[in-house]
Amino acid sequence: MMNEVTIRIGGESGEGTISGGDILALASARWGYHIYTFRTFPAEILGGPCMFQVRISDHPVKSMGDYADVLVCLNKEAYDRNITDLRHGGVLIYDPSDFTPDDKNYITYAVPLNEIARKEIQMFQTKNMVMLGAIAGLFGPSPEAILQVVRSKLSRSRKANATLMEKNVLALEIATKYVTEKITKIDPYSLGPVEKADRVVLNGNQAIVAGALAAQCRYFAGYPITPASDIMEGMAKELPLVGGTFLQAEDEMAALASVLGASYGGVRAMTATSGPGFSLMTELIGLSSMAEIPAVIIDAQRAGPSTGMPTKMEQSDLSFALYAGHGDTPRMIIAPATVADCYEMMGLAFNLADRYQLPVIFLTDQSLTARVESVDRHVFKPLDVRERMKPETGATNNNSQQNGHNSSEQTLVGVGSSGHEYARYTYTDTGISPISAPGIGMPAYVATGLEHNEAGHPNYEPEDHTKMVEKRFRKLEIAAKELPAPQRYGDEHATLGIIGWGSTEGTIQEAIDNALGNGYSVAALHLRVLSPLPDDALQQFIQSVEKVIIPENNYSGQLANWLGASYGLQAIRINKFGGIPFTAADILQAIKEVSKS
Amino acid sequence: MTQVVINPTLKDYKSEVKPTWCPGCGDFGVLNATLRGLTNLKLPLDQTVVVSGIGCSSRFPHFMKTFGFHSVHGRALPVAQGLKMARPDLNVLAVGGDGDFFSIGAGHLIHAALRNIDVTVIIMDNEIYGLTKGQTSPTSPQGHVTKSTPYGLLASQFNPIATMLSLNVSFVARGYSAKPKDLATIIEQGIQHKGFSFIHVLSPCPTFYHTFDAWDEAVTPISAEHATSNKAEAITLALETEKQYTGIFYQEERPTMDQAAHHLVQQAKPFDVNQYIQRYA
Repeated sequence: MMNEVTIRIGGESGEGTISGGDILALASARWGYHIYTFRTFPAEILGGPCMFQVRISDHPVKSMGDYADVLVCLNKEAYDRNITDLRHGGVLIYDPSDFTPDDKNYITYAVPLNEIARKEIQMFQTKNMVMLGAIAGLFGPSPEAILQVVRSKLSRSRKANATLMEKNVLALEIATKYVTEKITKIDPYSLGPVEKADRVVLNGNQAIVAGALAAQCRYFAGYPITPASDIMEGMAKELPLVGGTFLQAEDEMAALASVLGASYGGVRAMTATSGPGFSLMTELIGLSSMAEIPAVIIDAQRAGPSTGMPTKMEQSDLSFALYAGHGDTPRMIIAPATVADCYEMMGLAFNLADRYQLPVIFLTDQSLTARVESVDRHVFKPLDVRERMKPETGATNNNSQQNGHNSSEQTLVGVGSSGHEYARYTYTDTGISPISAPGIGMPAYVATGLEHNEAGHPNYEPEDHTKMVEKRFRKLEIAAKELPAPQRYGDEHATLGIIGWGSTEGTIQEAIDNALGNGYSVAALHLRVLSPLPDDALQQFIQSVEKVIIPENNYSGQLANWLGASYGLQAIRINKFGGIPFTAADILQAIKEVSKS
Repeated sequence: MTQVVINPTLKDYKSEVKPTWCPGCGDFGVLNATLRGLTNLKLPLDQTVVVSGIGCSSRFPHFMKTFGFHSVHGRALPVAQGLKMARPDLNVLAVGGDGDFFSIGAGHLIHAALRNIDVTVIIMDNEIYGLTKGQTSPTSPQGHVTKSTPYGLLASQFNPIATMLSLNVSFVARGYSAKPKDLATIIEQGIQHKGFSFIHVLSPCPTFYHTFDAWDEAVTPISAEHATSNKAEAITLALETEKQYTGIFYQEERPTMDQAAHHLVQQAKPFDVNQYIQRYA
């Protein structure tokens, strides 16, 4: 018997397919298993095909799984769409009243899902509970684990009532009984009891909300957009409880502009959007960079361009994030790879924004926003919050400003030709100038998107612009040295390297584990910071291998282009851009092909 | 080196940066009136922020010694609202021109009006685009010939006061740059008003659209008998095209969004991640 199974449920949106999958995932996690989910759904609220896949294992899970071991089809269309993703020898669960499967490459269990829901329970909407009862009876987790989740979900639901709960319990019991009595189990999948571990179960967007709150973000403004809206909704609900404020803006320009207003006021602030909204924010990214006002911008990438495919996954906003804005515009870009990263890297995002006083773009993607993972609880510890460098008040030091250039970040008073009392944009070796805020006894200044002198007054002299551009970019040079370097994964002596970014890390690592097991020699470097690039670590890695594969969920090879431009790297590009993430099998195949050639 | 000035005078509010405006620009009068208004209220310099967008008039913050945020074209109001929501303790003013507020930022104006966030808006309307040297504006009169409407403007003229009244704005007033004393009083009242205060200022551009003479004639103070709670009458005054009424058209005290948001946080507790994450256990 195998304590690992990947179950896919295919059905119609609005029928409880996704909510049934959610319950299965949560119950399995509470039963003590590691989980990793993947789902697709149409952009419409009701109708349209959708699917939910959960990989359940007694050891940590890094990817969604190459194939489904078990496929549950709630209608004929789900069968047609998903059957090719069922492992040969896998299990198909279907209702014979819907269709008769024609392929013989797998085990079939016929369960009259519709009839049980309609006739025995007399409430068709319990069909997904019937399905869960069948899954619980055949593979696990225990029906009691499922019931616990259903109870807690219903206790929070407005639709809940005693009858509904009774019917759900009944549906689960009857289906479990049915499969136990009527089906002769011939598959190897069985989720037996395992030791309970201290884990929490949440998706990427939920982790981002927790991370923002822990990072002391106390203002959020946003505009609804798939797949980032849950971040906005979470912040709307939670911010007042911790002393913060929230604004649903009239558009994304207003969202980021108001974030800059709040941040100017000394409050940690952020917005969250997806590609179309990120496009609108462009002018404010320039303002944030020019006026040196910290801001955190989450771009939950979806498939583009234009409206694109709102509910599908793609990693195609990297080039745009790198260059969005006119002029030479320094910004930082970071990308989480896991749900745990979504929490921890919010702390990094705000610390970077506040330290370097520029826009920090947090590139997540649709698959990670909705990916539910079981995460060790200790990941969620209080985040380190570093304050902005403020002007020193009270002391003056006129000696160090003779040439208007301070070697110390902390000296700022009386700098500049204007004789202004506070030089907000004073030149420093790091490029970081102490930043004031109104209403707390600190000196006043004018933040401006115009080119300016050290005092913040408009200035278009060639010398001034040259020095100011250099100052703003100096921050990135310093940051590249200060940031943690990415760690190599896999074979120390490998001649084949894989460089990845974003949500593909686990998939790449799983492929490497499989490749190493099959005698291939390969290693990976996964980038969490994409601007500024971790030069030393990257160059070392590139030099240590003969060939580099860059797998990306986009057409144009945006990381490959960026590394090509930065280091002259000629990478082997593996691109998948149908709206679905890589599987470990996709990457493994690339490793095999490249190793052969 | 804190910026706290005890008993500030007009000079204390004025920065060393000299205005870039053309000689005779109406904006001098508006700056003067604003400085006067702030001085009369003794508004603490370090607790006051003047936010602007882009345009001749949007250079405003640089000429003042308060905190300032000279943002990008059209976005003064979103910046000002974010600041006020996050920092309700501050006095926030948003200043700029007709292009900024009625054209590129018109979408923001509507929503700022509906939210009633406590921001004082001073719009210097010259019915022309000055910084870009003489193109038509939403407040240019129909038929007006400009560099971008060489055959005459085909669109209707935007009516700022009537629009704001229709959007339930809680303080709607108009002033004239050539009457800075009266304008200073309106600005004072606008700042003191808790809520979104909309102050439309006729501020002529002597370089691209000389309206001083026409406005000297058209400007008429609203009768002292006008009840500022009477919206119907306010709308009648706003729709008058021969005259340009100045003074307070309408005023109403009602809860502001920033107050309401900060009322919500009264029960706030420090964030505790251990407790928070329990919901996912």
